[in-house]
Amino acid sequence: MSPTARIERDNAWPEISFEERIGTAEFRIHERAHIIVDGDSCRGCSTRECVVACPANLFVPTSDGGILFNYENCFECGTCYLVCNKEGAITWTYPEGGYGIVFHRT
Amino acid sequence: MTTPADDRDADVIVVGAGPAGSCAAIAAARAGKSVILIERGPFPGSKNMYGGVVYPRILDELVPSWWETAPVQRWVVKRSTMVLSETGALNIDFRANAWGAPPYNGATAYRPDFDNWLANHAVETGARLVCSTTVTALLRDDKGRVRGVSTDRPDGDLRAPVVIACDGVNSFLAKASGLYPHTDASNYTLGVKETLALPKHVIDERFGVRDNQGVDIEILGGTGGVNGGGFIYTNLDTIALGAVLKLPKLAAQQKRPEQIIAELKRHPAISPLIEGAEVKEYSAHVIPEAGLDMMPTMVADGMLVAGDAAALCLAAGIWLEGVNFAMASGMYAGRAAAEALDKNDVSARGLSGYTDRLEESFVLRDHRKLRKVPHLVLSDRVQHKYPAFVSGVVERIFRVDNPTPKPGVRRIVREERKKAGIGLLDLLRDGWTGMRGFG
Repeated sequence: MSPTARIERDNAWPEISFEERIGTAEFRIHERAHIIVDGDSCRGCSTRECVVACPANLFVPTSDGGILFNYENCFECGTCYLVCNKEGAITWTYPEGGYGIVFHRT
Repeated sequence: MTTPADDRDADVIVVGAGPAGSCAAIAAARAGKSVILIERGPFPGSKNMYGGVVYPRILDELVPSWWETAPVQRWVVKRSTMVLSETGALNIDFRANAWGAPPYNGATAYRPDFDNWLANHAVETGARLVCSTTVTALLRDDKGRVRGVSTDRPDGDLRAPVVIACDGVNSFLAKASGLYPHTDASNYTLGVKETLALPKHVIDERFGVRDNQGVDIEILGGTGGVNGGGFIYTNLDTIALGAVLKLPKLAAQQKRPEQIIAELKRHPAISPLIEGAEVKEYSAHVIPEAGLDMMPTMVADGMLVAGDAAALCLAAGIWLEGVNFAMASGMYAGRAAAEALDKNDVSARGLSGYTDRLEESFVLRDHRKLRKVPHLVLSDRVQHKYPAFVSGVVERIFRVDNPTPKPGVRRIVREERKKAGIGLLDLLRDGWTGMRGFG
């Protein structure tokens, strides 16, 4: 690479995929979903803040206007229900004790 | 006078074994009270994430010689503030190697290590730590006073005259008690972080440090149009790089958090620092950023709220502190609980020694002094106009454009201000707010 190639954004190395990224975190998955999404409320929502803001990318719009939701790789941060402007669309509790995200110890 | 129930499982139940909860447990146990410390993760710290720097001075009161055993990665000896424009960067560095020796200042540490260490101190002091247990509700007596908690364990009700809620930023217990007037997304930011692995000697060379010296870089700009900021902290053989993003802006911007991090990493001032690093862990957590303007009522009959659960987190631009406020508020809550139990009055009035201590100490005094700063730092002008303005001014001051003579600083400032679309009155007003806000 020539020295002038790096004046702007540095694209010298590839970005990891989202799957690789989320794969670096450990999730102990419980069979009970700790977040419940009310599909009917979502169908009437045009803004869909959760789709953009969830750091784990757990909210995926479907072709019929609904939201496909997966609780398994959740950081338990609370972003989705905080940004949601539909009262009652997202019901959020903590997962069962011992389950969910486990950040690494050294 | 309130008579505590005698079917108690402990004198004090602390919910959450983060820095607030463990310090509450240590303080209450040291005052001779029986304490149950409940943690929903498999071990303390397993749910907890932050940028990377803790200021542990307050632990002098709870863990003597804490620096000898605390699981510190590096002691911060260099603080940098970085203002990023699209391709430029202004760095202001301060170095103090004295911060790398007792009594120290800030330290980088992994929260699962640090919180686990602190919870072990609570256990050594006599608290009973119960992990892998989620508190699902508060128990109340017929007058509505808090008298314990329900958990997700079979027969998992636990009774105590005082419950200290240190259940983190989502704070379901404080909300269940009606202590939060409202939950407004604009009071919160999302922190996302990559822990990036590099050999220690590479980090030492790139950041200009040795041994266990560390660097703390706060970044203004570079968050892709979303109000917030960035950070880089050095651990021994990893770099913590992340962004703090204002929630409503993030949702409105149509740019996902990991995209913002990816762009930040490719900024020409940052990419040479992290090139070749491997993502070891991606993580995210919400931060209460609005300080006094979002704080709940912290005392109810039979209950105290501390740490992030009480929104005790200082996000004031160059000062980003949370763990110290959590540890201090937890400690004061533990002491106030013990005092109330001794007086046999665990009503909100009996527990009010807690808020007195918060008011007298740095916990609320720092928040009051810097009340206006979080708003200023996250305001649209500071976020979207000033980084390019500042960077433009400095670029032109240092650019030698011979044979054109130097334009003079005043002219540069005027021209760059106009180019960035900043009105003179707005600049003066923000400058004044900043001067007053920073006290």
